[in-house]
Amino acid sequence: MNNSVLKIILSFIGLVLLQVLVCSNMNFMGEINPFVYVVFVLLYPVINNRLLFIFTSFLLGYTVDIFLDSGGVHAAASVAIAYIRPLILKFLFGSAYDYQSIKFSTVEFSRRLVYFLLLIVIHHLILFSLVIFDETKTVLILQQALYSSVFTLILCLLFSSLFSRKET
Amino acid sequence: MQQLFNFFIKNKTFVLFLLLFSYALSLTIQTNEYQRSKFLNSSNQITGSIYGMFHSITQYFNLKKENQILLEENSRLKIAVFNQEKAATVDTLLEYKYELQPSLIYKNSYSLPNNYLTLNKGKSDRIKEDDGVITSKGIVGVIDRTSKNYSRVLSILNTNSRINVKLKKTNYFGTLSWDGESPEITQLKDIQDLVKLSVGDTIVTSGYSSTFPPDIPVGSVESFRLNDTKDLYIIDVKLFNNMRNLEHVYIIKNTDINELKALNSSNEQ
Repeated sequence: MNNSVLKIILSFIGLVLLQVLVCSNMNFMGEINPFVYVVFVLLYPVINNRLLFIFTSFLLGYTVDIFLDSGGVHAAASVAIAYIRPLILKFLFGSAYDYQSIKFSTVEFSRRLVYFLLLIVIHHLILFSLVIFDETKTVLILQQALYSSVFTLILCLLFSSLFSRKET
Repeated sequence: MQQLFNFFIKNKTFVLFLLLFSYALSLTIQTNEYQRSKFLNSSNQITGSIYGMFHSITQYFNLKKENQILLEENSRLKIAVFNQEKAATVDTLLEYKYELQPSLIYKNSYSLPNNYLTLNKGKSDRIKEDDGVITSKGIVGVIDRTSKNYSRVLSILNTNSRINVKLKKTNYFGTLSWDGESPEITQLKDIQDLVKLSVGDTIVTSGYSSTFPPDIPVGSVESFRLNDTKDLYIIDVKLFNNMRNLEHVYIIKNTDINELKALNSSNEQ
């Protein structure tokens, strides 16, 4: 138990630093940045303490916001995906979720891809609609969310395979 | 009452979600307004020192380019000194009301609609809010938050940024703002349609605000069009600064600012 808590705390700090120091300065093709910190919300262990999970996700988003001077956009997007994650898990994994026996390291690739994709797209849509905050620029919001999502997805998949290698 | 408690306990995840989400939303809305209330930002001690540590590693990658920029500036200044007439010294002494403080950029962003920079100088270096920030090529923004050792700059690439500028040739002035799209192009509004304009005209600061002294270069006219009511120009201004690549900046301290502020507030009453 202690070991897994320590792992969560370390990955929290590591992902925030990675995000604000490296990933937010990538500016691929001018202005596309990945938001890899969402991998924390995606791979957070499936245990039945949703309150703590939602609160940790908020804290993660808010820390990133403080570093990037973006108000509360990351906090809002992270809380939202933390809240709807159980719905998506239930939808994708069915009974495995009910028994809380999902191990992300053993899930087959295609299902992990769909799971990541759904949550990342939702996160980025909320994020960019709040960042741009202008209903006349819907096309721009969709465009930016799409490009960033692809970038984030690739990095998150790389990350998840890296960490699952370590565990086995 | 019992039922109310039961409702909260039953839906506690949803309540917590709603609470945190609306708090995050309120923070977002507050940032979209200029001069908002106090909350945490990147100029505090912890974030500042983390950015500082990382910067001490990454600064080596830019040394060559920064050296080149400093050399160019040096030679321009030397040429100005060589060509200066000797008698001008008396006037410059009288107008000595701005001080420059060199500073390093710890964090820069330009891809969001509201961009901020973090600098490694703060209150202990007598940096105040509303001090201007420039490079050797042009303006960068205005300090909007300071802590003991760090300060945050409201970049000209921020949709809340408003800077008073003028056309160098004709002295007509207007407001420079940003539409949030290209980090190279900002918009100059409020120039009347009877002003003669041509592509490539230089735009400089007007000196009507206490933040920037007059005649600091800003950019050049890229294109212009009339607004919807056909009486004012909207001018696209190509910035002289490359906002993607900033490292060394100067903070302009206006030593007369208290007097000016006192004057302005007495006018308003």
